[in-house]
Amino acid sequence: MSNADTLKRRSFGETARIDAWWLKPGLVFVGLTAFIAYATWAGMQGKHYFYDGGGAHLLSPFYSPLLYGQAHEPRLFAAELPSWWPSFLPFSAAILILAGPAGMRVTCYYYRGAYYKSFWADPVACGVGEPRKSYWGEHRIPLLLHNAHRYFFYVAGVYVFILFYDGLRALVYVNPDGSHSLGIGVGSIVLLLNACFLAGYTFGCHCHRHLLGGHLRIFAKAPVQHACYQCISMLNRRHMYWAWVSLVWVGFSDLYVRMCAMGVWTDWRIF
Amino acid sequence: MTKTRFSIWRGDSHGGGRQDYETEVTEGMVVLDAVHQIQAESANDLAVRWNCKAGKCGSCSAEINGRSRLMCMTRLSDLPLEQGVTIDPMQTFPVLRDLVTDVKWNYATKQRIQKFTPRTPDAEDGTWRIATVDTERVQEFRKCIECYLCQDVCHVLREHHLHDEFIGPRFMVYAAALEMQPLDTGSRVKALKEDFGIGYCNITKCCTDVCPEGIKITDNAIIPLKERVADEYYDPIKRLWRKLTKT
Ligand code: SF4
Ligand code: SF4
Ligand code: FES
Ligand code: FES
Repeated sequence: MSNADTLKRRSFGETARIDAWWLKPGLVFVGLTAFIAYATWAGMQGKHYFYDGGGAHLLSPFYSPLLYGQAHEPRLFAAELPSWWPSFLPFSAAILILAGPAGMRVTCYYYRGAYYKSFWADPVACGVGEPRKSYWGEHRIPLLLHNAHRYFFYVAGVYVFILFYDGLRALVYVNPDGSHSLGIGVGSIVLLLNACFLAGYTFGCHCHRHLLGGHLRIFAKAPVQHACYQCISMLNRRHMYWAWVSLVWVGFSDLYVRMCAMGVWTDWRIF
Repeated sequence: MTKTRFSIWRGDSHGGGRQDYETEVTEGMVVLDAVHQIQAESANDLAVRWNCKAGKCGSCSAEINGRSRLMCMTRLSDLPLEQGVTIDPMQTFPVLRDLVTDVKWNYATKQRIQKFTPRTPDAEDGTWRIATVDTERVQEFRKCIECYLCQDVCHVLREHHLHDEFIGPRFMVYAAALEMQPLDTGSRVKALKEDFGIGYCNITKCCTDVCPEGIKITDNAIIPLKERVADEYYDPIKRLWRKLTKT
């Protein structure tokens, strides 16, 4: 636009808004920072992620699938840590698997919009002046790489099935005589809800919506894809809520199992 | 009846500032009513653009207490009147006078987008057949009244003035309506990436927040277009698949 130079440049935070525009980005900042801090701490612990007291079978979602672990834990490889792991580095089984879900969240369309505001002030809130003059957005590397989101979606989709398995596995208790019986405890409900919330978040992804139907121009010739598109759109409309509920709950699920494993509280078996 | 203070931006392309006016607010008034009342009582030369007073012509866009709104659809009873009301012209376009801005950049931008390019007619009488299911998605985009409030609030234009590189949310909606049009055969994907700057949108949803027609601009128009661009340019597996199936 030829006369764009006549437009005003605002300084950081400059606005005519009189409402509490700082509240939402502030809450997002606090919420995400708290989660990142907790997840990093819990992921680095390398212990208290599995609880089998009273015949229960609760595995923290931060450590699932458990590749390496103790013999009594549901590990995939019969070793406590990989042989190739450098001995000077601390090891935690979570490190090997957290990149998938973390990548999904970092590249998620909802979270991108939210953290650009809360952490990068680009813009901090709508109609409020920004701290930097230059701007690339997602037009160039590095943020251009967010276009790989669909690949993280594929990975995270697999995790959802694994977490459903964990939730269902938590319904099977080991009796004192070694036999198995079905039961429901608070822990199994926590893990099953975790899988449900993560499914609502993951399968409401914009990439999923696009790949299973959104890319089409004509739905009339593809009724199945249209049905998929409609279903995913229902989840997608509330993607932000799924994102937050699943984030809080996955953190709580880890905390729940951790507290059981540490003996702070016991998992209550309902029947 | 109480009098309320309105700080209205007065000036032209050379500069200006807010001036205070007081007027009586009565039940049911919208911001545009107050502006007209002030115009009649104490500022006869106050320039304001309006037309329908029903939220349908998209003329009365302005910034009310810093928020991009239609003046005719903003009820005074919804504002904290005790703090006074500020009314500024849209900040993303050059001011002509007072509350009136020059939005012609938008018209020129629209011209740059490939027009509706229908397939050959389905019937001999030159008409087409579309299934109802294929009309649903684009209906949302057709509600646009071209008020340009989304353009006004979009920080890429408002703060970074990238008008030459980014077409703005309104025209992302327009492009999406064409890309999802069941009869259209054109493709705007390459232009979206290279000329229309879709990568500049960082999906912060300010456009969606202000749209008076409730169009989910970011979720239903921009992100699906970003996904189309990713299909074409940033998905190695799709690229490979296209190559293999072409031969
Ligand atoms: S979502 Fe994109 S187009 Fe909409 S206001 Fe934000 S940057 Fe602009
Ligand atoms: S998309 Fe909404 S905000 Fe943007 S011009 Fe159209 S009606 Fe106005
Ligand atoms: S858009 Fe949020 S997970 Fe894909
Ligand atoms: S006067 Fe027509 S939209 Fe306000």
